Amino acid sequence: MHLHKFEKLWLIVGSGALVVFLLIIGINAFAMGHTPPSDNSTLDPKQVDQTAPFDQPGLKKIGENEYEAVIVAQAFTFNTGGDLKIPKGAKVHFKVTSKDVVHGFQIPKTNVNMMITPGHVNTLTHTFNEAGNYLILCNEYCGVGHQAMGVTIEVTP
Amino acid sequence: MSKLSTVVDRRDAKLSMAHLYVGYVAVLIGAIAGLLQTFVRSGAITLPAGIGYYQLLTAHGILLALVFTTYFIVGFLYAGMSRTMGRFYDLPYRLGWLGFIIMTAGTVLTTIMVLLNEGTVLYTFYAPLKASPWFYIGLTLFIVGSWVAGFGMFRQYFIWRRVNKGKLSPLFSFMAIMTMVLWLVATLGVAVSVIFQFIPWSFGWVDTINVLLSRTLFWYFGHPLVYFWLLPAYIAWYVVIPKIIGGKIFSDSLARLSFVLFLLFSIPVGFHHQLLESGISPFWKYIQVVLTFMVIIPSLMTAFSLFAMFELSGREKGARGLFGWVKKLPWGDARFFAPFMGMLIFIPAGTGGIINASNQLNQMVHNTLWVTGHFHLTVASTVALTFFGISYWLIPHLTGRTLTKRMNLFANIQTILWTVGMFFMSGAMHTVGLFGAPRRTAYTTYGDHPDALGWIPYEVTMAVGGTILFIAVLLLMYIVVNLAFFAPKGVEEFPIGEVAEAAERTPAVLENWRLWIAVSACLILLAYTIPVIDMLEHSPPGSTGFKLW
Repeated sequence: MHLHKFEKLWLIVGSGALVVFLLIIGINAFAMGHTPPSDNSTLDPKQVDQTAPFDQPGLKKIGENEYEAVIVAQAFTFNTGGDLKIPKGAKVHFKVTSKDVVHGFQIPKTNVNMMITPGHVNTLTHTFNEAGNYLILCNEYCGVGHQAMGVTIEVTP
Repeated sequence: MSKLSTVVDRRDAKLSMAHLYVGYVAVLIGAIAGLLQTFVRSGAITLPAGIGYYQLLTAHGILLALVFTTYFIVGFLYAGMSRTMGRFYDLPYRLGWLGFIIMTAGTVLTTIMVLLNEGTVLYTFYAPLKASPWFYIGLTLFIVGSWVAGFGMFRQYFIWRRVNKGKLSPLFSFMAIMTMVLWLVATLGVAVSVIFQFIPWSFGWVDTINVLLSRTLFWYFGHPLVYFWLLPAYIAWYVVIPKIIGGKIFSDSLARLSFVLFLLFSIPVGFHHQLLESGISPFWKYIQVVLTFMVIIPSLMTAFSLFAMFELSGREKGARGLFGWVKKLPWGDARFFAPFMGMLIFIPAGTGGIINASNQLNQMVHNTLWVTGHFHLTVASTVALTFFGISYWLIPHLTGRTLTKRMNLFANIQTILWTVGMFFMSGAMHTVGLFGAPRRTAYTTYGDHPDALGWIPYEVTMAVGGTILFIAVLLLMYIVVNLAFFAPKGVEEFPIGEVAEAAERTPAVLENWRLWIAVSACLILLAYTIPVIDMLEHSPPGSTGFKLW
C-alpha cells in the first residue's frame, strides 16, 4: 500500500516516539524497580481476622526509621490498629487487604495508590520526606458510606 | 439489485429512528442525574426522597455510557448500511427489530432495578458488591440484543458480498461491520462473566465469586468498549465529513487499515485498567501496556488523513499559504462544527489516555477525578459531539425533514455551550484529580481534613460546568425534537464522501475477515492465556456477596 511522503514521516516520527516512550516506561519499571503494586499473596477473605499479619493490624518498627503498616480495609474504614504516627524521613511498607468488597488505598500528595481486592494482599513502600498530616482514603466505590472512608497518618518533624 | 438510492429506505429509517429515540431519552435522564451529582458533590444540595448519590451515579453511567451510545451506534450503523448497501433484506431487517426489542427489555429491567435501589453497584458492577439478579439479567439482555442487531448487519453485508462478487464493499459498511465485530469479540468477556459468575452467584446457586477473574473479564470488555464508542465517530470523520466540507476521502485503504488495527489492538489491553491490582504480574501488565500504545498508530493515521483532507479541499477552493485552508472550512455548518470540536478535544483527551495507560503515571491518577475528567473529554465530548453532529442531518434525513438555518444556529450554540461547559467541568476534574480527589465519591471533607477542603472550589467549578452542560442538553433536546417532529418537510442529505482520484486501489486483503479475526484472537490469547491461568491456579477462596448500600 502506498503512503504519502509526509504521512510516512509523520508515522515514523510518531512510532519512534512511541518506542522511546515504551522503553522509558519499561526501563523505569524493570531496571529501576518502579513496577506497579502487584503483590501475589492471597488469603481467605472470610478469615482475615485470624490470618497473620492481619490478625494484628498496626504499625511495627522494623529497622532504622523503617516501619511496616499492616492495615485492614473494610466498609467504611481502615483498621490501622491505633494511631499512625511516624517521624519525618520514615520509610513505610504498607501491607493491606480487604475484609469485604474492593477498596482503594490512596494517600494524596504522594504516589501511594493501589487497589485492595478481597482475597489478595497488596503492598507499597513510601518514604515520607515531609512532615504533615496525610490523608489515607478509599478511592473505589464500596457502598453508601464510601465517602467517609478515610484515616490519617501523622508525620512528625 | 435496484439502483442505489441516496435516501435511506423508509422502513429502515423507522428502525434506525426507534434506536435514536431511546438513545436521546437516555441522554435527558442521564443528564439530569449528572447535574444533580455535581451539586451533591460540591455540597450545594442534599438529595430528597431517599435518592442516593451512588444510585444517581449508577443511572448516569448506565444511561449515558451504555444505553445512549449503543442505541445511537446501532441506529446510525443500520441507517448508513442501508444508505450505502441498499434497503435491508428481510432477515437482517427483522433481526434489527428483534435486537431492538431484546435490548429495550434489558434496558427497562436494569433501569427498574436501579430505581428500586437494587442495583446501586455503578455501571462497572465490581464484585463482591452484589445487586439483584435481575440487574445482571437486564444487562445480559441488553448485550444479547446488541448481538442480534450485529448479526442483522453481518447478514446484510454477507448477502451484499454474494450479490456483488469481486466488488469492494462500501467504506461505511466495511467500517460498520468492523465496529460490530469489535463489539462482539469484546462483549464475549463480560457476557461470560455475567452469565457464569454473576447470575448464579446473585441467585445464590453458588456461594462465592472469583473477584479478580470477574474484574479481568470486565476489563477485557471495558477497554474495547471505548473503541466501540469511538469507531462510529471515526466513520463520520472518515466518510461523512469529507462530503460535508466538499472534499474527498483521502485514502480508502488507509481508512480501512486503521480500522483493522483498531480491531487488533483495542482488545488485548484490559490490564492497563488493573495496573494497581494484586495477583497480576508486572510483566503481563507491561505487555498489555505495550499493546495499548499500539493503538496510537491508527489514531495518528486518522489524524493525518483528516487534516490532509481538510487541507486538500481548502487548497482546491483556492486557499493559499501554510494555513489558508483553515479559513475555507465551513465553520457555520453545525454538521461540520460539532464533530470538528470533537476532533480538537480528542487531542488533549488522547494525551490524557496515554498518561493513564503508563505504568507509573497511572499511580498518580488512578481512581482520582482526573480519570472522570478524561472520559468526559473522550466519550462525553469527542464521541458525544460527533454523535450530536451526526444527528443534525441524520434525524431529519430519516424523518423526511430538513435542518433549517435556525436549527443549525442553535446546534452551533449547543456545540459552543458544550465545549465551554466541558472546559470548566473536565478541567476542574483533571486538576483536582492531580491533588488526589477520588472519583465516584459523594460530598466529603474527611473530618475537615485540609487536603479535602482544598478540593471544594474545584468541585464548585465542576458544578458550574455541569450546569452549562445541562443547559446544552436542554437545547439539544429542543433541536432533536424539532428535527424529529416539527422541522419543515423535505430531503436532508445523508452525506457520503467519495474517494479522491489520486488514491490507490484498495488491497483485497483488508477485507479478509477470517485473517483479521484470527490475528485478533492470537493477540488476545497471547496477552491473556498465561495471566488468566495464573489467576485460576492461585485464586484465593472466593468472596460472598455484599449489599452495602
